[in-house]
Amino acid sequence: MSTTAVDVTKQTRKDFVSDQDVRWCPGCGDYAILAQVQKVMPELGVPRENVVFVSGIGCSSRFPYYMNTYGFHSIHGRAPALATGVKLARPDLSVWIVTGDGDGLSIGGNHLIHILRRNLDVNILLFNNEVYGLTKGQYSPTSRLGQITKSSPMGVVDQPFDTAALALGAGATFVARTIDVEQKHLQSVLHAAVEHKGTSFVEILQNCPIFNDGVFSEVTDDDGRAYRQLLLENGKPMLFGPESDRKGIRLSREMRPEVVSVNEDEGIDEDILVHDVANDAKSFFLASLDWQTAGAQPPMPVPLGVLRAVDRPIYEQSVHGQIDAARQKEAAGDFDRLFATGDSWVVD
Amino acid sequence: MGAPSGFTSSDKSGRSTKPVESREHVVIRFAGDSGDGMQLTGTQFTNQSAMAGNDIVTLPDFPAEIRAPAGTLAGVSGFQLNFSSQHIFTPGDEPDVLVVMNPAAYAVNVDDLVEGGILIADNDAFSKSNLRKAGFEGNPLEAEGLTDRYRLFSVPITKMTVEALKDLGLPQKSVVRCKNFFALGLCSWLFNRPTDATLRWIEAKFKKPELIEANRRAFHAGWNYGETTEAFAATYQVPEADIEPGRYTNITGNKALAWGLMAAAAKADKQLFYASYPITPASDILHELAAHKDFGVITFQAEDEIAAAGVALGASFSGSVAVTGTSGPGVSLKGETLGLAVMVELPMIVVNVQRGGPSTGLPTKPEQSDLLQALYGRHGECPVAVIAPSSPTDCFDAAFEAVRVAIRYMTPVIVLSDGFLANGSRPWKTPSFADLPEIAAKFWTETLGFHPYLRDEDTLSRPWVVPGTPGLEHRVGGLEKDYNSGNISYMPQNHERMIRVRASKIERIADELQPLEVMGDPDADTLVISWGSTYGALYAAVKELNSQGQPIAHAHLRWLNPLPPEIGELIARYKRVIVAELNMGQLVRVLRERFLVDAVPINRMQGQPFKTGELVAEIKGLMEKRA
Repeated sequence: MSTTAVDVTKQTRKDFVSDQDVRWCPGCGDYAILAQVQKVMPELGVPRENVVFVSGIGCSSRFPYYMNTYGFHSIHGRAPALATGVKLARPDLSVWIVTGDGDGLSIGGNHLIHILRRNLDVNILLFNNEVYGLTKGQYSPTSRLGQITKSSPMGVVDQPFDTAALALGAGATFVARTIDVEQKHLQSVLHAAVEHKGTSFVEILQNCPIFNDGVFSEVTDDDGRAYRQLLLENGKPMLFGPESDRKGIRLSREMRPEVVSVNEDEGIDEDILVHDVANDAKSFFLASLDWQTAGAQPPMPVPLGVLRAVDRPIYEQSVHGQIDAARQKEAAGDFDRLFATGDSWVVD
Repeated sequence: MGAPSGFTSSDKSGRSTKPVESREHVVIRFAGDSGDGMQLTGTQFTNQSAMAGNDIVTLPDFPAEIRAPAGTLAGVSGFQLNFSSQHIFTPGDEPDVLVVMNPAAYAVNVDDLVEGGILIADNDAFSKSNLRKAGFEGNPLEAEGLTDRYRLFSVPITKMTVEALKDLGLPQKSVVRCKNFFALGLCSWLFNRPTDATLRWIEAKFKKPELIEANRRAFHAGWNYGETTEAFAATYQVPEADIEPGRYTNITGNKALAWGLMAAAAKADKQLFYASYPITPASDILHELAAHKDFGVITFQAEDEIAAAGVALGASFSGSVAVTGTSGPGVSLKGETLGLAVMVELPMIVVNVQRGGPSTGLPTKPEQSDLLQALYGRHGECPVAVIAPSSPTDCFDAAFEAVRVAIRYMTPVIVLSDGFLANGSRPWKTPSFADLPEIAAKFWTETLGFHPYLRDEDTLSRPWVVPGTPGLEHRVGGLEKDYNSGNISYMPQNHERMIRVRASKIERIADELQPLEVMGDPDADTLVISWGSTYGALYAAVKELNSQGQPIAHAHLRWLNPLPPEIGELIARYKRVIVAELNMGQLVRVLRERFLVDAVPINRMQGQPFKTGELVAEIKGLMEKRA
């Protein structure tokens, strides 16, 4: 292979922008995500020819066409499978999976949970807009109960998945959540995902202006930003709300989340939970916070940031480790020896 | 006292001192309960026979259930072997020798035994309860007329085994489990088989010394029973066949296929990547490849059939020789990935070890009913190359060729094996790795004028560019691509052009296929066409018909897509064309449609390979009817 050395320090955002016209609807949250990913890529220090974006089918899955890297726009739901092949065959590549709530959690649910449990060192970006966009407005596995869509004129009766809880349950070693419109936060989460060795699962709450407009406005409008975003920091207490109205989260005696007022000047009550990305109980607790039920009192905040980050053996390293060990064997790779194994005999 | 191991013949050498009768060939079938070790017994007898210099063809036949209730008809497992001093092509129609380990095995198999054939039965197993389970009122071994039809050897195999092992202190269950080695020992004696390999195998297979001793004793006890009792007056000898000099090993189709993939990847200087989901009868390919990590083989056991195909295609994008193996039901699930592979034009091998269908069907039995699925079973205009090996050993060559074609033409290739080839075995003349052809497989690195669908003039294939190549970053995917740029295109003319190019690419493979060999009577007016695993049965049938003076020729198809270019012309030369296959008439349909020929089908769908005798009779019937 010809390997022209590339100065990765000189890569810019432009190097990652392909010549293809972006064909998402005006106002789609995907534009913001694309812009942030293109902005972050040069900061990762990976030459663009070593980057592969793999997607399935759906609005989000058009993503690879807009990245000037290697890309594979595959089959509905199958991106984790394709990406597993790409990464396992070439562990040196930086592999990204772009999927959506329909692609990743419905038709591709099986592949998603299995890539998470295997823990390949890839990054998964799941754009969750709680609706099917490309097929024009049917409910998805994350649509909320009662949601009116073209295929649920009287309201959705399917219990939605909780994406983060599902990923945790599948054994994901890195689970994070961010929002399309929170550019800085999105960038920081992308950096954390890349730094994590193992499968990084990032749920990005994303607005579909055509079929589910304003689905996350309760946490993204001015009030929502101020009162409803719990920005997680490892080792820091779980606090949210404006300076004038700071709140914290603690566990009740019944192990239920409780929102309590906090005055940081007076010191933080030790009941307030301190985030620990390596503590499963806290990760699952955060994933279970019900921030979506309308009218809940008090309303829970949406946990944003890294819910979980733990180290576990990396799949492709284990696989190649076994192969490397086997190749140390005497006569490894000797076909003539192989052909003569078992009972063989000579005819003169 | 139990018998110590060793032979009781006068020279203690494992050579009988009784008179020897010579036979040209013998078909023997071992049958017993699924737990009786009949596959093992058959395999050992096969290896002995191969080492004795015979030509051999085997037919293992076992139920899908791992252990059906003991003693029932559903649990009967059989292994048939044809060993011969001549070149043979089939496992034989009816056994000359039948070994039955219980009444159920007797019930399922006895009607197949030739009249006057040898019937060896473990009479200890013909207990009241076993007889009842097999549906017998009385003991069929004592039935009137049985000894007129067959030469019955009613042997207390279980008792003799127990007796031989009694002072070893093994639990009764372990002792009784050795009875298959008694049967093997008896048959080894009866047919003058060399015994060293089996004794060596026993030592290698069992870890505990007492189990090595137990099986060795059971084997010797069986052998000595034949030699010392009055029951058997003579032994039989099948002389060595005239076999091409060389080193041989007995190999099953699945193993040969796995090795063919490995050798091809090595000759292409690429990593072999096998992604699969366990399914009968293909799983042994996964097992075989998983054991060869020292060759750099990556095996991946996927979460499902779909993932296995997707992982393979991803690995192909990354530059591996990518293979996914399965059986018919799995191919149904891989259809969408095959469509994508056709669209993105990446090399990929899909192995279909066919079994009886539809649905779960007959999971352990052979059938050729996935041909139309291989040719047409996808949405859209979606041509892929299809090759079908003709014998267990041809599985090596077909796999090797499939890899070469997949890379050269940047296309998926389906390999259509089946349960008969997969588990059946043949002596394989082992090649020297150095003598195998190289496979050209260079990744594209030229940036000048590059686009991902730039086509080679000869093969129409697009370049294989792997991630990591600077300056050639590009996107592939399932959407239609522009012929001139590789970008997404929905233009009407372009779509039709791309469909035609993808089809032409597959057609061009025909230019380099080996010429079709026409066997049999050169002056024939009738042509019999076969494909896949039925080669041997058809070859033997046509040979027999020719010896009876029937003017018949035989052509066997290895590539099913594209078809050999001369096939149309060839067909036109004959008055009659007969197409024999293990399905309802799939190839015949293709040939009728393509060449407007009034071809006549011969079909079987009984989960068994063709029997030569049946083919001879049926072809004769057709010759008379259409004379």
